[in-house]
Amino acid sequence: MSDIALDKPAETFDEQAAPATQVRSYWQSVFYRLRHDPVTLFFAAIVLLVVLAAIFAPLIAPFDPYKESIIARLKPFGWKDHWLGTDELGRDMLSRLIYGGRVSLLMGVVPVLIASLVGGMLGVVGGFAGGRLNTAIMRTMDVFYAFPSVLLAVAIAGAMGGGIGNGMMALTLVFIPPMCRVAETATTQIRSLDYIEAARATGAGTFKVIRYHVLGNVLGPVFVYASSLVSVSILLASGLSFLGLGVRPPTPDWGLMLSTLRQSIYVVPFVCAAPGAVIFVTSISFNLVSDGLRAAMDVRM
Amino acid sequence: MALSSEIDSRDRGGPAQPLLIARELRKHFPVKGARGKSVQAVDGVSFTVRKGETLGIVGESGCGKSTLARLLLHLIIPDTGELVFDGEAVGVADGIAVNTLRRQVQMVFQDSYSSLNPRMPVRDSVAFGPFIQGRKKTEARDIARAILGKVGLDADLFGPRYPHELSGGQKQRVNIARALATDPRMVILDEPVSALDKSVEAQVLNLLRALKRQLNLTYVFISHDLNVVRYISDRVLVMYLGRIVELGPVSEIFERPFHPYTKALLASRPSMDPARRIEEPPIIGDPPNPIDPPSGCRFRTRCPFAEAVCESTAPVLGEWLDMQSHVAACHMQDPASGHSKAGQA
Repeated sequence: MSDIALDKPAETFDEQAAPATQVRSYWQSVFYRLRHDPVTLFFAAIVLLVVLAAIFAPLIAPFDPYKESIIARLKPFGWKDHWLGTDELGRDMLSRLIYGGRVSLLMGVVPVLIASLVGGMLGVVGGFAGGRLNTAIMRTMDVFYAFPSVLLAVAIAGAMGGGIGNGMMALTLVFIPPMCRVAETATTQIRSLDYIEAARATGAGTFKVIRYHVLGNVLGPVFVYASSLVSVSILLASGLSFLGLGVRPPTPDWGLMLSTLRQSIYVVPFVCAAPGAVIFVTSISFNLVSDGLRAAMDVRM
Repeated sequence: MALSSEIDSRDRGGPAQPLLIARELRKHFPVKGARGKSVQAVDGVSFTVRKGETLGIVGESGCGKSTLARLLLHLIIPDTGELVFDGEAVGVADGIAVNTLRRQVQMVFQDSYSSLNPRMPVRDSVAFGPFIQGRKKTEARDIARAILGKVGLDADLFGPRYPHELSGGQKQRVNIARALATDPRMVILDEPVSALDKSVEAQVLNLLRALKRQLNLTYVFISHDLNVVRYISDRVLVMYLGRIVELGPVSEIFERPFHPYTKALLASRPSMDPARRIEEPPIIGDPPNPIDPPSGCRFRTRCPFAEAVCESTAPVLGEWLDMQSHVAACHMQDPASGHSKAGQA
């Protein structure tokens, strides 16, 4: 029984000085794997850049994002000091994009975060309990599923009125059912596995079994799905803003900018496309970073 | 931690008192979509487990072995029947609580992979039991280290690993360690070696024997492999379709089986001797559907000696008196049953 598993990282064998007993802790090994994943590191840097730019917007933005100018409307890239041109009211695009990250990231991340917590919890409880409770929870979620997500968001935001807070609440409600379903599926899969039964056999109550044995295994799928929702959330938020239900002009927001500039697409096509490009880059970065994180956190890889 | 002691402080009734008595355990699983129908997984099973013995349970797939194992731990709640652990009824008002039972009885599962949390280092899986039962995390880890050593795994080398980094035999050792970490008096082994290679199987079986001696354990050993059961058991219980068909000391069961089903099971073992090659199938057909089992004796549809009495009356297991008792639920064993071969076998 002395066969040593060969899938230990090669590093351990290089470091002869370290005793063989030195095994990295969980988070150390996650970090180790992340360090050796250039793709994830690259996109993590982009996410970090966007976040930092949003936080330190007043220090970075070259112009006041609200300053309008009749004579400087719809100028192309590089016009005077406006690197990314100006919008239909003559405001500096770069500054507005930097400031817009504040609202857009907030609208992208917060609803998904709350929805993962609430939906994830409902899904885990339903999946673990099974039976009637699960049916009650999942059928309730199915009612929300019946509406297209955009329609549902518009309906909820419309009923509650505009504004960032209501917009976020509407998005949260839209994301809870899919989140719940992902968590429920994952929980149902592991509920009947022997290690859950073994944990119960040691006398662990439902709460402790869930905390120590279920959550860790549900986290992966929930995390990946949540990160893919961030970009959806940004787009939905911009849709709400466009309808006057989310962010209100003149507050800069990527989605709102995209929709107000769309009429000028034949005048300054690249300027009009800029907010879209930013949304695209941000959302794909979120997706790839989450994918990399999941891979790094998966002990089986 | 007193893993081993001559006299266990938790022992109440002394060596003569059975460690576990199961009385008329019954579990029927309702069938979805068929009102009133149910799978009769375990149907009125009574037996006794003596302190320090190994009771082997054999039977075909689907005969209720695993359900019985889970009933013994109250992982599945029996429909009727009672469990008495060391003189005290389990889960009733003036008996012991189910959680107290679970401190003293543990289980090792067949599938060594799915019985370990894939995202937990095996050290933590082993430490989980003591931790849940009130030990501090550091204490639980120390216990896990000690137990991993006992099952033959270097705790420093293997403790921090994840299940997928271990071989099948190593994982099963971890499972045994996990079961032993809470210092149980009885371990239910549900096909613990069925998924292992023959060579590893032998190692694990020897380990189980050594641990039993060392820690004064009592085993309930479930398997469909007759050779394994013969090797490890003191007594053997044969199950068929949720009922006990035969019970007796291991040598008796293997040398003088009473029940036609037991005889068929024994005859189905492949022989190492080419002169004793099996030409005819010892038993024909599949077990009947447990949703709708045959009336009377459940084995009668496949039994070569079935007569009218087998259809009308269910045979009862003879009276179990002591460890040497060898009893079978067959009309041929009962001279008064009316079976033409009664009393001859």
